Amino acid sequence: MAGDVRLAAALAPGDEVAAFASAHPAAGGIVSFLGQVRCGDGVEALELRHYEPLTLPGMQALAATTLSRWPLDGLLLIHRIGEMAPGEPIVLVCAAARHRRDAFAAADYAMDHLKSDAWFWKRERVAGVWRWIEPRAEDHADRARWG
Amino acid sequence: MSATLIFLGRLEDIAGGAERTVAVGPFAAVLAALEPQLAEALREPFIRMALNGVLVADPQTVLLADGDELAFLPPVSGG
Repeated sequence: MAGDVRLAAALAPGDEVAAFASAHPAAGGIVSFLGQVRCGDGVEALELRHYEPLTLPGMQALAATTLSRWPLDGLLLIHRIGEMAPGEPIVLVCAAARHRRDAFAAADYAMDHLKSDAWFWKRERVAGVWRWIEPRAEDHADRARWG
Repeated sequence: MSATLIFLGRLEDIAGGAERTVAVGPFAAVLAALEPQLAEALREPFIRMALNGVLVADPQTVLLADGDELAFLPPVSGG
């Protein structure tokens, strides 16, 4: 089974989760994670840049690895690209499984790898000035949990 | 006979644009033709490269041919 992996200019998380859940009626558990642009620190906007030849193939490879590690009925990875405002959704991960533990673990694993490995470059605008965001050591530590 | 360089992340600011058309040739010659400040930023060991969408293991083996696209990838800041 292949995951549903998308880069998107817009994201309606509620609709996506509902559609995903109804597409996997045999799954007893659906775990979803929604990442949104944090409000505060004077951030006016966030921009996600990607590199077409690497970013989507990399996410598809992550989906394949996630599906191979847990017995899932389905996996959804949607990542926003472009400019977004505080409070807007950035990323949605949904995992469907017969039993909830697999769904929790798979969604956690996929998010840790999206945060540390995926080919995205982020910048934020504060007081009208754009600034690139450097990698965080915590993201690499989170990924290292999975061996 | 030209190739395209793609600059991701903060490299775009240093280059003054997201991409640039350059003459074909070996990697060292392509870098030598750029502004010194940009060439130095591209040579940083943590900058990875992709030639036509495939990650490059050893930059010294890169030989740009007509129509090639070489992307410079700084460490990702995560999704």
